[in-house]
Amino acid sequence: MRQVRVNDFFRQVRENKSAMVGVCIIIFFLLVAIFGPMFLHFDVSQTGANIRDTWLAPCRQHLLGTDHLGRDLLAFLVTGARSSLAVAFFATLISMIIGTAIGIISGYSGGWVDNLLMRITDFVLCIPWLPLCMVLASFMGTSIINIILVIGLTGWAGSARLVRAQTLSVKEMTYVERTVSLGARNWHIMFRHILPNVFPIVFANTVLDAAGAISTETTLSFLGLGDPTNPSWGMILYYAEANNAVSRGAWWYFLPAGICVILVVLGFTLMGYAFDEILNPKLKER
Amino acid sequence: MNSMLTVKDLKVYFSVKSGAFGRAKTVRAVDGVTFDIGRGEILSLVGESGSGKTTTGKAILRLVPQTAGAVTFNGEAVSLNNSRLHEFRRKAQMIYQDPFQALNPRHFILDIVAEPLDVNGLAKGKEAREERVMEALKNAGLQPPEDYLYRYPYELSGGQRQRVAIASSLILHPEFVVADEPVSMLDASIRTGIIKLMLQQRNENGIAYLFITHDLSLAWLISDRIAIMYLGKIMEIGSADQIIHDARHPYAKALLKIMPQPGVQRQGERDVLQGDIPSAAMDIRGCKFASRCPMAQDICRQQPPVEKEVEPGHKVLCHFA
Amino acid sequence: MEQTAPRLLEVKDLKTYFHTQKGDAKAVDGVSFSLNAGEALGLVGESGCGKTTAALSICRLLPANGYIADGEILVDGVDYCKLNDKEILPHRWKDVSMIFQGAMNAFNPVKTVGWQIAEAIMLHDGLDKKAAMERAGDLLELVEVPRDRVRHYPHEFSGGMKQRAMISMALACNPKLIIGDEPTTALDVMVQAQILNLLERLRREIHMGMILITHDLSILGETCDKIAVMYAGRIAETGSVDDIFRHAAHPYTQKLISCFPDISKRKEIPDGIPGFPPNLIAPPKGCRFAPRCEFSCDKCREVDPFMRRLSDSHSVACHLEVEK
Repeated sequence: MRQVRVNDFFRQVRENKSAMVGVCIIIFFLLVAIFGPMFLHFDVSQTGANIRDTWLAPCRQHLLGTDHLGRDLLAFLVTGARSSLAVAFFATLISMIIGTAIGIISGYSGGWVDNLLMRITDFVLCIPWLPLCMVLASFMGTSIINIILVIGLTGWAGSARLVRAQTLSVKEMTYVERTVSLGARNWHIMFRHILPNVFPIVFANTVLDAAGAISTETTLSFLGLGDPTNPSWGMILYYAEANNAVSRGAWWYFLPAGICVILVVLGFTLMGYAFDEILNPKLKER
Repeated sequence: MNSMLTVKDLKVYFSVKSGAFGRAKTVRAVDGVTFDIGRGEILSLVGESGSGKTTTGKAILRLVPQTAGAVTFNGEAVSLNNSRLHEFRRKAQMIYQDPFQALNPRHFILDIVAEPLDVNGLAKGKEAREERVMEALKNAGLQPPEDYLYRYPYELSGGQRQRVAIASSLILHPEFVVADEPVSMLDASIRTGIIKLMLQQRNENGIAYLFITHDLSLAWLISDRIAIMYLGKIMEIGSADQIIHDARHPYAKALLKIMPQPGVQRQGERDVLQGDIPSAAMDIRGCKFASRCPMAQDICRQQPPVEKEVEPGHKVLCHFA
Repeated sequence: MEQTAPRLLEVKDLKTYFHTQKGDAKAVDGVSFSLNAGEALGLVGESGCGKTTAALSICRLLPANGYIADGEILVDGVDYCKLNDKEILPHRWKDVSMIFQGAMNAFNPVKTVGWQIAEAIMLHDGLDKKAAMERAGDLLELVEVPRDRVRHYPHEFSGGMKQRAMISMALACNPKLIIGDEPTTALDVMVQAQILNLLERLRREIHMGMILITHDLSILGETCDKIAVMYAGRIAETGSVDDIFRHAAHPYTQKLISCFPDISKRKEIPDGIPGFPPNLIAPPKGCRFAPRCEFSCDKCREVDPFMRRLSDSHSVACHLEVEK
């Protein structure tokens, strides 16, 4: 009964090819991130025994070769999946919560509250976001928590606009007026009526935001603002660049990491567009 | 007077800007409306678009701000003071025209019908809540009620949805219901079921209705009294029989003349009023109906008419009643 | 009865189905009716009975998943069912035109009304722009809209005027038959009366055939010569206005008539019809109205009723014996 709508959604996802490709990619990487480190032979912090173990091309012992310190790159990659995905997940969660809250409050209240919140949103939207992230990251320090906070606190503005637009349209619906006529208070209306009708759009948009979060994290790490104690794919690229992997021809250093980032971004993007199509309320009225 | 609801000189004006640099115009949606409704009485508010009938209903329920006038319910003024307003809202409910839009498509029927309970803090426990919802659904003619609890609105037909809306309005045992064209979007054969349901509620529970409609024959069928509105004013008000068989106002007479009578082949053309309803933003001196009235004289265009009681309970707003 | 000239419109056993995920929905399942030049036929029924689908079939304007499975549609002797999409073009709008439901909201808001009418003329009659605009002005006058409105935009028209403009667009190529799908629903009662007056006047002056599709039985009595009552994709009863309103033979027709209040009679709340229309993908065996009919018997549930002639003008698809 309550399952019907959820089952229907899953069925539609299964039928949408691009959604399935995206879902498979993400599930694959999630599994790698969660269970991968259990199957590794090498610890990522274990440096090579001697010089001969550094810069090794992929071989039977090291499937993806080693880096400049002799560390196994496969281990690096698998552990990095954890960091990258964790950042993506938590940062996106933060920006989704902030964006939704601001969007609903702004759209529902109207008046000066709406104006104020929207001007703040515009301000955040207008600031070039990469320099902002860089400034914040260098200011706050480069721990993984800070990276998550930085990305989350700068990425909510797009969601806020979207949610506000949807709130404005839901606010005009007859069933909302009916709820008011029953004597409902604002909180009831916002949580029981506006939020459920806003959520599908938020969800689809959030998945797209996750793609953006991964890109941002990779970029920040690549620029040296990543957390050295929590290696991520961006960090791999950073080390690769810093140690001239390209001119050395050590493709195994940077290529796998780069491909992973691209695949995850692709996965989230495909999922996000497909969800948007499926969850679009205009198509929902049967 | 044993009136449950009295409306005195109710006015609802909206301010509308025409264009980016235009001056603000006043739209007089409701322009001085007076009537009362007794306990268990059904009063129909009949009019075309722009007559202000829906706005009147919403203003009484305070869903739209009142610009002027006095509304009293059970002897007390309906104020915006919060606790009084909530008490009023428990006793006065609204049924909407569009059963497809009036229900949240993402809520279960159970939650939709229980919402008045939730909002007023009257839902005591999951089982008690379900019990009350099932009773309301049964009273609204949806049998067996268990089948409907966990369905979504999109699974139901128009008539069933309207019954759900009615069940939800009746669950708090209100005294007064504003029904805004509750059957106009339903098929003819489904309408009677809804009408019967509403009448049954009036007969068994003494619920009074303000029945808003554009269909004069439907108003005749269901109501005790009829008020005919045009451009924000009541042109004529009286008992259903008085209005249908002894209408005095030219607008009421015009509506009756063009009313289709099933099976009667009309001789010649219908006697229609020419032109369209003027905009409610226009500042009209004199009688609002003068521009289309077949009997209009100079006095009609210059001076607004005063309401005259031509028979006990039968009032007409015309210089020549 | 032999006709010396072919009738204007003759629909014979039309079957129009829609492809859906769960199977084919038999929206129109064996419908026959006819119309002479200058006659007005009222097609009445409730939502889902197939009246709009029948009209769209005649104009060959069905949506992508709809198709005519069987039957004949003879307009002036030409069978439209046998024409392909290209061959139908010279006939559409010239022989048969349609006023769609909610058409008055189908105007392009950024083009003048005159231009939009002229566009229809240019597409079908091949006139140049100047001549087409002239004709657009003529048409507006025909529907009692001042000629200078040709240069106005849709938002400057009232609801009634927009509907008149839509009617004039349907008349652009002097069709022999015009089909109006709920042309007065969503209009105020006064405007509705004005539009009905207009349609009647046009019919008399231009001697045009008209099919009026509506769910409002009460207006049909005043406007039409013949009425056909549809239920669940089939015709339940056809007859003259007098036949239908005074001697209705089908239980559905009788119930439907009772649902429209008549102020000249005693005040009585009608009974209504219990239950729901059948599923068109898997309709019940036998008479489609049987599950909801208080007179139904075993035969009704087993055998499909055929159209039985009660008189020259009156036919009914019902097993019940009728006393006249």
